[in-house]
Amino acid sequence: MSYANNQRNSGEVKKARPARTLTVTLLITAIFYGVAIVIGATSINLGLDLRGGTSVTLQPRLEAGQEGQVTPESIDQAVAIIRQRVNSLGVVEAEVTAEGTGTNRQIVISVPGETGRRIVDLVGQTAELRFRQVLVEAGAVPTSEDDSLLQGSALTSDQIAAFKALDCSKPESLAGRNGDDANSPLVTCDREGGARYVLAPAQVIGSDIKGATAAIDQQSASGWFVSLDFTGDGTKKFGTLTQNVVNLPAPQNQVAIVLDGVVVSAPRINEAILGGSAQITGSFSQLEAQDLANVLKYGSLPLAFDRGEVQQVSPTLGNDQLVGGLLAGGLGLLLVVLYSLFYYKALGSVVIGSLALAAAHVFLLLFLLGEWVGFTLTLAGIAGTIVAIGVTADSFIVYFERIRDEMREGKPFRVAAETGWQRARRTIIVADLVSVISAVVLYIVSVGSVRGFAFTLGLTTVIDLIIIFFFTKPMVSLLAKSKYFQSGAKWSGLSPRSVGLVTAVEGKVA
Amino acid sequence: MKYSGLGGRLYRGETSLNIIEARRKWYALSAVFIIISMFSLGIQGLKLGIEFKGGSSFIVTTTSGTVEEARQTVAEAGYQGNTIVQTIGNDKIRIQTGVLETAQSNAIQDALAAKFGVTVESIDTQNVGPSWGEEISKKALQGLLAFLICIMIYLALTFEPKMAIAAIVAVIHDVFITIGIYALVGFEVTPSTVIGFLTILGYSLYDTVVVFDKVRENTRAITSTGKATYAEATNLAVNQTIIRSLNTSLIALLPVAAILFVGAGLLGAGTLKDLALSLFIGLIAGTYSSIFIAAPILAALREREPAIKAHNQRVLARKGGAAPAVAANPVARKKKRRK
Repeated sequence: MSYANNQRNSGEVKKARPARTLTVTLLITAIFYGVAIVIGATSINLGLDLRGGTSVTLQPRLEAGQEGQVTPESIDQAVAIIRQRVNSLGVVEAEVTAEGTGTNRQIVISVPGETGRRIVDLVGQTAELRFRQVLVEAGAVPTSEDDSLLQGSALTSDQIAAFKALDCSKPESLAGRNGDDANSPLVTCDREGGARYVLAPAQVIGSDIKGATAAIDQQSASGWFVSLDFTGDGTKKFGTLTQNVVNLPAPQNQVAIVLDGVVVSAPRINEAILGGSAQITGSFSQLEAQDLANVLKYGSLPLAFDRGEVQQVSPTLGNDQLVGGLLAGGLGLLLVVLYSLFYYKALGSVVIGSLALAAAHVFLLLFLLGEWVGFTLTLAGIAGTIVAIGVTADSFIVYFERIRDEMREGKPFRVAAETGWQRARRTIIVADLVSVISAVVLYIVSVGSVRGFAFTLGLTTVIDLIIIFFFTKPMVSLLAKSKYFQSGAKWSGLSPRSVGLVTAVEGKVA
Repeated sequence: MKYSGLGGRLYRGETSLNIIEARRKWYALSAVFIIISMFSLGIQGLKLGIEFKGGSSFIVTTTSGTVEEARQTVAEAGYQGNTIVQTIGNDKIRIQTGVLETAQSNAIQDALAAKFGVTVESIDTQNVGPSWGEEISKKALQGLLAFLICIMIYLALTFEPKMAIAAIVAVIHDVFITIGIYALVGFEVTPSTVIGFLTILGYSLYDTVVVFDKVRENTRAITSTGKATYAEATNLAVNQTIIRSLNTSLIALLPVAAILFVGAGLLGAGTLKDLALSLFIGLIAGTYSSIFIAAPILAALREREPAIKAHNQRVLARKGGAAPAVAANPVARKKKRRK
């Protein structure tokens, strides 16, 4: 026969013992499952979109000319500080990670459960704390008296305009404004939205603080407050500041405590404070006081951040999505199985076996990766595996159709299973590599849910390659030895009718 | 012969679809689609989700609440901008607003919780900043370009450079068609749509690779056989792989259809639906383009090569200038002797 010159390749095939390959494949799978069970990796880490929780993605905020400030070091530092803040809330399983590269780095904070709002408020604060002398204090809304208030103040016309335009009754005026310049005056609101201020340049800043604790004053009923300890340098600076303002007329005898550009409180200074400690009062709740103390204690972030995306998923929706994802996966698998049986009849059982083993491998890797690298499965990740069912099934079709092609040329199944494989192998490798390349590219250039999708898609494509080489092919070789398939029985999927040839002789005549 | 199935007849060339010969028809068909796509893109543009343009979305689970109540509640909570309110499934209402500050978002959450008698934590909320969309759009575009370049290099190395070109043209074709359908129908574009879309590009190439692999096999020694022109040999390859192509596409569509069914039917909206919809549209476009665009373009490109030109003339001369529908069977047998 003219395919004899393929024997150079199929020489190895002849030596190959399909039964042994199959046994080894199944044995290795079983061993890994054993390992997974022994190290306790028997559950999959579910993403927040599948079990509920809050995730916040922070983007570094860049003013013009600041691009150079986003360095891996500054991002790592920010991650460390945010992690401490989140941990200070006592939330277990909170995760803070950096994603992306270069100036596109983002920080992603994921917190399971229902602590949403506090996390969102807390993590994005740059916590730039400043002590500024109050120059002008006025009501929340601009009035006609503004002009007389501003008279005699050394403000620029821009600042005057900003003050007149500021309406502290609007929520957006109270959003933390990061990056206020410590060396110039500041026009801002208090955090309750009840007053407008013009403040002098900062004389004491966050790094002058040594420690902060939340405390409650039972006697004076002033509620929760935060007490601060200054560093040696800070003590001196704060002493000078208070000494300078103590004898000035109101409101200039007040020192505003400004956090992220918003006035937390602006107490009147009754006497110079030289002892190196101070208190921030401001009708705090216990939580607020503790959060503020933590933020101050753990320092300010090296960069200002915007909340790029905030997602709060309730456990109910999470569960719905998980059930939906699993249902779609099961349904997809069932449809593919039915189609394979319909089209390939008994040969379809190989598809079912391969898909079952592929599924077992996917679960195994999700267990192990979850344990080893903390891999988390998201809804997009589930979708990736479902889509991969199609890719996996495709490689079987490529192989089976090749076998049929070979049979159309008159070869018996036993031979066609091998020669068809020689040709299908290449196509499958090339096509799967295209899939892997796209998954890798997607993974590298993307963030968030896209990554989860790319990861599982790439993973399952690699599994597909392993399965088809070490399970599907040996399986077909085994079947090729059976009388049932060799005879081309009606339901074998290889009958002359299925293959599309009446007899080998007629096929050749045509 | 009545038993020999379509697959067998196509394989042996007994039944032949003149796909390559009729290429001008496919080009024209695709050109019409692409022109319609570009027009609808130019006029209507894409309907971008809040992830791209910034904004907030709140999903409240309630069986008694109405869309109108939700709209009113948001307005009373102090948000004056445009809101899109819609019901999802049986028991959910989704409210989409423009970009909100955290304080505003909290106020709306509180108001909705009070109005519909649910806890704040049970409201599914998403807040997207204005510059976030820019960021992910940029990433998606980078991804697309990086992907095309990588694949082009890879295909040029594994196949022939001209196959890489034809495959990329087919992929770009799919990109235009899919975007056009989104613009035309007004489906919402979310990051999940983009994921699906990028996956499709990979899949479309996968499909093209399967066809081209056969083309290469059939045309490897073409100039030494003299029995078929390049176009005829390519046409046979397309015919031989068409059943396989339809099969693989159908089987890839099945799980996608399952995701679409669950995503759109049971969950109502979100990741699964958006992903599956773009996969569904793209898969169909990808299958079409592998057969009807990529292969004809490859034939056209190759036929301009002097060697192939001369070969085609020899073949046609031998056949007395009559262009046969197909002279393919000999080629199919020839390949046994290759290598």
